[in-house]
Amino acid sequence: MNMKAMPLITLAILTASVAAQASENEVSQKNKTFSVKTLKIKKGDTVSFPNQDPFFHNVFSLSPAKTFDLGSYPSGETRKVTFDKSGTVDVECAIHPHMHMSITVE
Amino acid sequence: MKTLSIKRTLLLAATVFSVYQPVLAAPVLVDTDADTVTLAAGHPSLKKWLLPDTPPAPPDNLSTPERVKLGEMLFFDPRLSGTGQVTCVSCHLPERGWSDGLPTSVRFLGEVMAVASPTIVNLGYNSIYMWDGRQPTLEKQGVGGQGVKADINAGMTHFGFKDGVHLTRLAKVPGYVELFEKAYPGQGITRETVAKAIAAFERSVISNNSPFDRWLRGDKDAIDESQQRGFALFIDPARANCSVCHWAPNFTDNGFHNVGLKSFGASKPDLGRYKQRPVRLMRGAFKTPTLRDVGLTAPYFHDGSATLLRDVLKHYARGGDDHSNLSPNMHALALSEQDMDDLEAFLHALTTSNKPYVYPLLPN
Repeated sequence: MNMKAMPLITLAILTASVAAQASENEVSQKNKTFSVKTLKIKKGDTVSFPNQDPFFHNVFSLSPAKTFDLGSYPSGETRKVTFDKSGTVDVECAIHPHMHMSITVE
Repeated sequence: MKTLSIKRTLLLAATVFSVYQPVLAAPVLVDTDADTVTLAAGHPSLKKWLLPDTPPAPPDNLSTPERVKLGEMLFFDPRLSGTGQVTCVSCHLPERGWSDGLPTSVRFLGEVMAVASPTIVNLGYNSIYMWDGRQPTLEKQGVGGQGVKADINAGMTHFGFKDGVHLTRLAKVPGYVELFEKAYPGQGITRETVAKAIAAFERSVISNNSPFDRWLRGDKDAIDESQQRGFALFIDPARANCSVCHWAPNFTDNGFHNVGLKSFGASKPDLGRYKQRPVRLMRGAFKTPTLRDVGLTAPYFHDGSATLLRDVLKHYARGGDDHSNLSPNMHALALSEQDMDDLEAFLHALTTSNKPYVYPLLPN
């Protein structure tokens, strides 16, 4: 066996293992609110934010644990964020600030 | 006999017609919330547009007659400002729909402000305050408004006035000492109690008995056919689409939108909500105002750039002017002159007819 290839194979196995453990969660935007107020996920997990209202929403966070801005998108569309750091992430709709929720990344 | 017979026949025919004439079905449409609504007076599907009788209040500042009365006096009292010359009512006049009739307000020593004075009507039903949403409650807005750099004092530290001078002044007025004690026993005259009282008063300024409200409650003659057509246009996402932002029941989503005003295209424009939430979409976005009593609060938009309601409608019909960061809810609308007449008529149906406002006597 080519010993030089060993680290690469190990890395590939580890990556595959992490990918297999990562899960995808969903927080929908419906009736002018997020479907949950809080969510616990693990580092590396992905959250999708489908817009199920008939008008535009926006999803963003300015939290240090994950800063993102998904922009505005219409009914029926979804956008995803992968959370790669532990911490608390406050999520808000910029258009409708009464829509907010919190994600705890463990 | 023959004449009588003919008369009887006609009477019978008229009776039959009146009983069996086909009843025109009320229009049904799917509104901007994707709710199916029937456009008929008192129809249950329209209940979401009815405001509660009283707005919610925080547990530590539930409204009482004593608090409202005190707050009204403070709202009208120039002793609340550092100079003793400016009051809340300087920019929020009851006779101007609790706005001031100016494109943008003029404050202390004639300084023209960047934004228009918003009405205080139905503030208690809102969940966020100021054009850029920087205050989460009426009470916090009231505390912020008392600072030396606040609107009522216009940054007058350079005139040598001390922060909080108004509290010292109010404490020397026996009438106020008594009124504060009745309204907020044991809490004294502080920035917080001043703000609470003014908030309690503002929550009492309510518009919820307009012709539109009466129509919602079942009075089919409260608004005319043009106004009903205007309402249908207002809530129809395929027509005027107004209620995509002007939500039921207070005609606001408590949200923020860049509506494509020319002023956003100027150099160094007011960035509005972006100053609070630095997200691209919020550049030039301002809070959606209520439309209750909108017929009384000209001129319009946060920059006062629309003189008449018709100017507002034309602005939205052409899809705004500055498209550099336009709200995704906006696009050009196919509205005829008749449509705009109907929309304008509907907006005038949102005014609660009030008696002339009697200014309060102030304590000594």
